[in-house]
Amino acid sequence: MQSINLAEHTVRELNQLLHDQSKDLVEDQWEISETSGQHNIACGLNQKLNVGIKGHVGYFCAGMNQHAHVTVHGNAGQGVAENMMSGTVHVKGDASSAAGATSHGGLLVIDGNTGARCGISMKGSDIVVKGNVGHMSCFMAQAGTLVVCGDAGEALGDSLYETVIFVKGKVQSLGADCVEKSVTDKHFKQLKKLLDRAGSEEDPTHFKRYGSARQLYNFKVDNAY
Amino acid sequence: MNNNDTQDNLRESATFDRVTMAEIRRAAETGIYDIRGFGAKRKLPHFDDLLFLGASMSRYPLEGYREACETKVVLGTRFAKKPIIIDTPVTIAGMSFGALSANAKEALGRGASAVGTSTTTGDGGMTPEERGQSDKLVYQYLPSRYGMNPDDLRKADAIEIVLGQGAKPGGGGMLLGQKITDRVAGMRTLPKGVDQRSACRHPDWTGPDDLAIKIQELREITDWQVPIYIKIGATRTYYDVKLAVKAGADVVVVDGMQGGTAATQEVFIEHVGIPTLAAIPQAVQALQDMGMHRKVQLIVSGGIRNGADVAKCMALGADAVAIGTAALVALGCNDPKYDEEFKQLGSAAGFYDDYHEGKDPAGISTQDPILAQRLNPVDGGRKLANYIRVLTLEAQTIARACGKSNLNNLEPEDMVALTLESAAMAKVPLAGTSWIPGQSF
Repeated sequence: MQSINLAEHTVRELNQLLHDQSKDLVEDQWEISETSGQHNIACGLNQKLNVGIKGHVGYFCAGMNQHAHVTVHGNAGQGVAENMMSGTVHVKGDASSAAGATSHGGLLVIDGNTGARCGISMKGSDIVVKGNVGHMSCFMAQAGTLVVCGDAGEALGDSLYETVIFVKGKVQSLGADCVEKSVTDKHFKQLKKLLDRAGSEEDPTHFKRYGSARQLYNFKVDNAY
Repeated sequence: MNNNDTQDNLRESATFDRVTMAEIRRAAETGIYDIRGFGAKRKLPHFDDLLFLGASMSRYPLEGYREACETKVVLGTRFAKKPIIIDTPVTIAGMSFGALSANAKEALGRGASAVGTSTTTGDGGMTPEERGQSDKLVYQYLPSRYGMNPDDLRKADAIEIVLGQGAKPGGGGMLLGQKITDRVAGMRTLPKGVDQRSACRHPDWTGPDDLAIKIQELREITDWQVPIYIKIGATRTYYDVKLAVKAGADVVVVDGMQGGTAATQEVFIEHVGIPTLAAIPQAVQALQDMGMHRKVQLIVSGGIRNGADVAKCMALGADAVAIGTAALVALGCNDPKYDEEFKQLGSAAGFYDDYHEGKDPAGISTQDPILAQRLNPVDGGRKLANYIRVLTLEAQTIARACGKSNLNNLEPEDMVALTLESAAMAKVPLAGTSWIPGQSF
């Protein structure tokens, strides 16, 4: 286990040490402390590392993650796990807006709530939020799955493409072209599997499914206003 | 229009001319705005409104053919460990695979590499053809983040964060279903055939303070190796450039309203943004006011056609230029040899701008495999390289005539303006006077 205290080292030094592991894996267990909400911690990882972050983090923690398993024992700022490609990112606290934005793959788990635009433009990842998500979540989301165990804010799934959304609680409003869809056993099994991966014991049958009505896919005058 | 077809006593309205009336009829028929490619077609104050003052008694010229005139430019000297060194100040602007065929992208890479300059990806990600043929490749980081991934990010020689585009500042990209083939759809994670509309705002940051953190993230991911550009569409250029510098840009790219696009609304292209000529002095002033001129490099694009335009941009204070439309014309866009086919599409060679339809007879702005084969990337690359060589030689010719041994030494004092508008915008005196409108009486 390699321990890095960010009161004694810069984020640059930390990230370089982590990036160096992609060339020559010397240490795969990392613990980071005294984070003080700094930005861009553990971004650009490209190796099967286990990184535990003790404390709150600022913007873009674990951004563009590949392969690594990152756990934030605190809250996360804007854009946690943005553009993640693979691996897992687990936030034990709350996350700010744009959590998992544009993420292509991997699993993002947030034990608390997220701010606005969770999963915006996501492109294939799985995101499980055990609390609530803010407004405009999954805006223009293209692929992957968002699971919300709490409530969803306004305009959920606005201009959605092929991302699937499951919500257990209330949805304040659906965005343009997002509709509630039927849930079959296949969907329940898919959801159960995802909840299990996220360590959630929620009952999948309590969730509703939302997706794109696909009415905005091709240009129509009626959609232009 | 052919005036021989009209009678001498008929008077066309300047306000409701034939193009305007045709557009009214088209709108009335279809109920939807016109979408097209290309850039602004209206007449705007432009580089043709400026002239150079060649050397005579008061200035000492350089011999036009043999004396050296340096063209090399270093981009990204502020923070990057590996700035880009280009042999000519003419670079290739960002244009997407999707909007353009893979052969066209490859040709752009080949042409740029042959003359030691850079080319740029576009909305939709980096293709192996383009990376493979581009010695210096700038990877665009756009609001859509289509195809964005850290592996390609690390392969890039520079990263260009796109905030806007001169043809449509404030708007996002558009790629209609005809061009969303399996490959394009796969790269963008979109359903095949969808009328794709890219986001106009970045999804995970808002404003310059956030952008500073985003830039730091990209630097962290790439270990601070490569320069980071910020591209803006020219509008409130003075303030936007200042904010880009404050946010940490190594290079600022300013794209004027004559800059091209693959597709957007005609009303957007013609009525939003400011001319390139007006934008450059604002950008330079912003850099100078921050003490960052020549420390943060300035690339200018939007309507650059010849070496005189290149020289004028540099004289106004740019470090380099980027060409898009002109590069496509060099590859064969709007080539008269396809005139019959352009006419079948309701257009004509020299007028064709329906790039979004994917039916380009020249095989450039298309994903149709049969049409795309018409562009040989090796031949296209050769033509583009030749064209850039000519631009460079022309700019050197003017610089030497002005007594400059480096294109970067050209300055506003070397120029005068032909019109009041251009004098006011470029902040150079009206020809034959010492008058710069807005600065003196």
